[in-house]
Amino acid sequence: MGRRGEGKPVSSLAQGLANAFGILVGLLGLAAGLIWVERRLLALWQDRYGPNRVGPFGLLQVVADMIKIFFKDDWVPPFADAPVFVLAPMVIVLSTLGAFAVVPLAPGIGVSDLNIGLLFFLAMSSLGVYSVILAGWASNNKYALLGALRGAAQMLSYEVFMGLALMGVVLEAGTFDLRSIVIAQRHLWYCVPQFFGLVVFVVAGIAEARRLPFDLPEAEAELVAGFHTEYSGLKFGLFFVGEYIGIIVISAMIATLFFGGWLGPGLPPIAWFLVKVAVGIAFFILLRASLPRPRYDQLMAYGWKVMLPVALANLAVTGAVVVARAGGG
Amino acid sequence: MVVIFYLSSAVAVAATILAVTRVGVVHALLYLIASLLAVAILFFTLGAPFAAALEVIIYAGAIMVLFVFVVMMLNLGERALAQEKAWLRPRVWIGPGLLALVLLGESLYVIGQGAHTPYRVAVTGPEAVGATLYGPYALAVELASLVLLAGLVGAFHLGRHALHGGPRDGERPQ
Repeated sequence: MGRRGEGKPVSSLAQGLANAFGILVGLLGLAAGLIWVERRLLALWQDRYGPNRVGPFGLLQVVADMIKIFFKDDWVPPFADAPVFVLAPMVIVLSTLGAFAVVPLAPGIGVSDLNIGLLFFLAMSSLGVYSVILAGWASNNKYALLGALRGAAQMLSYEVFMGLALMGVVLEAGTFDLRSIVIAQRHLWYCVPQFFGLVVFVVAGIAEARRLPFDLPEAEAELVAGFHTEYSGLKFGLFFVGEYIGIIVISAMIATLFFGGWLGPGLPPIAWFLVKVAVGIAFFILLRASLPRPRYDQLMAYGWKVMLPVALANLAVTGAVVVARAGGG
Repeated sequence: MVVIFYLSSAVAVAATILAVTRVGVVHALLYLIASLLAVAILFFTLGAPFAAALEVIIYAGAIMVLFVFVVMMLNLGERALAQEKAWLRPRVWIGPGLLALVLLGESLYVIGQGAHTPYRVAVTGPEAVGATLYGPYALAVELASLVLLAGLVGAFHLGRHALHGGPRDGERPQ
């Protein structure tokens, strides 16, 4: 700790509030805009037009979608467990927004500089599991329950590799503080020495965000809509927004931990960060456009038989290298 | 910080009481999760951010998820609720209530004596926790890892017999 360098800690209360509020509004706006971005990019890669009727390039499709969602009947099924049913969509939005609080966007821009920032991110993403489980249980619907069971097993398993993959970065940087981790990458981005960590983290990140190809908790071909089968209107909208914020958070963490965060020549730091996050999001959407969904047992076997050994080996080798470097001076 | 400390203590106590008294299992578990999160905030205000993060990741984020998972698998219905209601009659509360009363008296006495450590914040970073764990407490860490290994071997043994012509998933073991 103490290696803050050019990363100025966010100081006064007013500045901090403006910072946090700006990031919150920007994040929610970006999450809404991603609805349009995803549909247009998917269409591009699948050789069709996508939404292009409402406004220029179909940009106002987002507004149309939001109006539709806002005016739908906000309905709780009579057979559902009402309080838990209402709680579940809030959990996903709060946990993903909370995870973004520790992301350092640029020097002086960021909600909070926690000295355990990385652990806080892991804690928030592990709480996100509850939204899937509780939604599935409270819906009192067998498809929802099946989706929730899958979601719980998938997210619990991939969380393990996610944490282990990140520990290589922590070993190299010697800190959990995300700002210091970015500054430690001044000479070499961690995507080179921590290549296997990056691969495992990206795969685990997709599984945590429940995105295709790992969207088995939803799997519309077999489970109707999985854990959110019974949700409609605004509550479904919350799941939707939560999923997109989840994508942004995972992309931001990939950029921060493996691609040097705001570091880069020429452009201002915040622009570099946004470019890196945008590339990450586009990669997520490309995966959705190109990969088929695996079977559930394939998903679990892949996780425990491939990802876990790779993550453990990466951790052991990184530890050995760090110790050797420290010993050899 | 002092306000946050007392606020989250109150939340922890209330959530724990509700976790014990709720009839529905999932609702009780939710209150238990709230209580664990409140304890995590307590750790944080006491200057132990590392312990706070672990409390959320391990207890609230992993162990309690498994609890909820198992409850969902069992899918207890109305009958279990009725049974739980029958078990939780007021008479049941007398014994535990008396024991808790003794503890409450003791803690009130201790606080009254003024022998408590004053509230102070000395932040302990992750490095310090790691150095202590693998320094003076290395033996405890090794013992804990032995327990985990035993659990792993047990789980492997229980899951193994399906591979060797034993009962497969969904079949009832003979």
